[in-house]
Amino acid sequence: MAERGAVPQVPPLRRRALRLIGSFTSPLAPDDYLELVNPLWSTRELRGRVQRVQRETPDAVTVLIKPGWEWPGHRPGQYVRLGIAVDGVHHWRAYSLTSPPRRADGCIAITPKLVEGGRVSPFLNRGVQPGTIVRLGGVEGTFVLPEPTPERLLFVSAGSGITPIAGMLRALAAAGELGDVVHVHCSRTREDVIFGRELAALDASAKGYRLHLHISSEHGRLAAGSLEELCPDWGERESFLCGPAGLIEALSERWREHGDPERLHVEHFGVGGIHDTIGDGERGCGGSIRLRRSGIDAHSDGRQPILLAGEAAGADMPFGCRMGICHSCVGRLRSGSVRDLRTGRVHGQPGEMLRTCVNAPEGAIEIDL
Amino acid sequence: MSATVTQQAASASSPEGEPPASPVAEEPASSWEGESPLERLTAEQLERLGAELDAIHDHVFAELGERDARYIRRTIRLHRQLVLGARIALIGSRRRPLWLAGTAALSLAKVLENMEIGHNVMHGQWDWMNDPDINSRNWDWDTASPADAWRHSHNYEHHTFTNIRGKDRDLGYEIMRIDPHQRWHPIYLLQPLYNLLLMGFFEWGVALHDLNFEALRSGEKSREQVLEELKAIGVKARRQIVKDYLAFPALSALLAGALSGRRAGEGTFKSALAANFTANIVRNVWAHSIIFCGHFPDQTYTFGEDVLAAETRGGWYVRQLLGAANIEGRWLFHFLSGNLSFQVEHHLFPDMPSSRYAEVAPRVREVCARYGLPYNTGPFHRQLGSVHRTILRLAFPGGRPRPKPVPPPMH
Repeated sequence: MAERGAVPQVPPLRRRALRLIGSFTSPLAPDDYLELVNPLWSTRELRGRVQRVQRETPDAVTVLIKPGWEWPGHRPGQYVRLGIAVDGVHHWRAYSLTSPPRRADGCIAITPKLVEGGRVSPFLNRGVQPGTIVRLGGVEGTFVLPEPTPERLLFVSAGSGITPIAGMLRALAAAGELGDVVHVHCSRTREDVIFGRELAALDASAKGYRLHLHISSEHGRLAAGSLEELCPDWGERESFLCGPAGLIEALSERWREHGDPERLHVEHFGVGGIHDTIGDGERGCGGSIRLRRSGIDAHSDGRQPILLAGEAAGADMPFGCRMGICHSCVGRLRSGSVRDLRTGRVHGQPGEMLRTCVNAPEGAIEIDL
Repeated sequence: MSATVTQQAASASSPEGEPPASPVAEEPASSWEGESPLERLTAEQLERLGAELDAIHDHVFAELGERDARYIRRTIRLHRQLVLGARIALIGSRRRPLWLAGTAALSLAKVLENMEIGHNVMHGQWDWMNDPDINSRNWDWDTASPADAWRHSHNYEHHTFTNIRGKDRDLGYEIMRIDPHQRWHPIYLLQPLYNLLLMGFFEWGVALHDLNFEALRSGEKSREQVLEELKAIGVKARRQIVKDYLAFPALSALLAGALSGRRAGEGTFKSALAANFTANIVRNVWAHSIIFCGHFPDQTYTFGEDVLAAETRGGWYVRQLLGAANIEGRWLFHFLSGNLSFQVEHHLFPDMPSSRYAEVAPRVREVCARYGLPYNTGPFHRQLGSVHRTILRLAFPGGRPRPKPVPPPMH
């Protein structure tokens, strides 16, 4: 089933009134008629209107979106799912929010970098016009600053990995909490540094913020060892790392061997093929999976998410990002419990919609797929 | 290919009350009609034909984009504007011109919503857009049948087993003898009458038809399941009735009363109710006529269950071609018939956006000509006339399949 946006925060009185009017519009909803006037009035899903598109670098833009209903807020570093029609087809993507949780004008911002050969980012970079209506899905992500804000912070970003970190930096700056922040950012060229001017200005004005730009076309790839020079006390800082898989792999190893992995927060970027296992959550016992609609029985050893187990058993499973973002793979749980492989949490209520790509059965389960 | 179109004798002498006779009671095809075009094709030809039709399908699907999306969004928008316009006009439905205008707009809206929007969206023709608001999974239409039940009986049963006697329950809708192979029963003497009733109340007929009483009788469907489905029809029916025959007449009356006095209000309730009733009947008669022209004109063939045994993709395509018939007309006619006037194309490509049928029709026709297959089509009056002629004739015992058009020679 096609994905919908998040349920907006609509005053309860208005919802009740709309339900009453429903007798006149059935089988349609009052929304279907209200949308003739303004598509943002939908109470079924949160939508937004593209307000402005600002060029950041030759291949990145910031898109300012005004949500139809009050923005529910987010924590800096989180991302939003965005649904947008490109050539008649709706696509869903997750983008880090680069705006602070509440802007005076009520807008939110995302900063998509062009991915050649992609569908959505080329459209957002070159084709999107102010006035375009988009769908706004749930806000998600655990790549956020702990509370209270740690005294010493280290950010390492590369390329478009700057986007969640920019959200954090802006929030810290606004709250006057840039006490002792080291930021290492890698970019191919100087022109490619997204928010380059803003970062430089912050570096010049805020005493507690130190920026190291690493330009890889001049100095080659950032070596994991150079961290010692750039930030000798990295091990004592709460660290946030966002960038391509290679960089994450190299640096994570350093934390595993010489530091405290608990203090390293990582955000993977891009959709990297098919994951055999998801996340670092605790593993459970696994169990049998009854796919009620296709009539197929599958089994997971506890590491395999329902999606992979179903596919292995020959079922035609719906999927999207395969990493817990897009909700394309959801199915209704009929019985049993599951374990979220990202967090290790065991949950599951009959009737709950489950993301099969990040949940494994914990004992026998039945799901409507 | 072995003989696939076999005929079952429509003998009035066979014992009453027995299940329809199996092949034992069938006569060789040649005694009734010429060789079926399906039999003339070799397995290789069928395979090539299948590949050619697949290519037409894939070509369109590779091209689907903004133009198509805009078409369906505009059609949906037009439907909603028509509804709003009609409902506003009907506030003044005590005055004849406004009654006429409102009833016409509402009829048009219902026709458009059922045919070009509802039927086609629920076929999944627009699912490629991945738009949650224009999606077969969560669409419901302005008619008595609940969406889920209809999707099963129509998309699966009718489109898979098209024109297979004993499998396609749309063949005569279980209450009519529309094919001479169906055994006659005295009840069919009444079929001209209940055909008229079905025409006027088609939406209710379709809703009950989706229940599949046959499956209940044979034990294929449990009593609980049927009760559950009946409940769904009840809920849907209540909503439809409340909206058309209570909520809107009352609202129109209230508004008319507020605008021009209490007397006006009372009169408006009745006139608005009559308008809604008329619009529903207009939609029912139109839908019935278009849909009956899809499979029951003289040109179409029916098949025995044995065709399914070794049916290939190509064979399935040919069965669809032979079992469906088009109606000729201009753009507006096709638009209002939900492009079901391109029944042949719809049956070949049920998941293709209906707005593309007109475009692929010449190519389908050209393929038919090359393989010596008939391309069933005709003007509305002729198609409809032949359908009603058959319903009248087959109310009585006997009857034979109507002569089929001679397909062009293969080249």
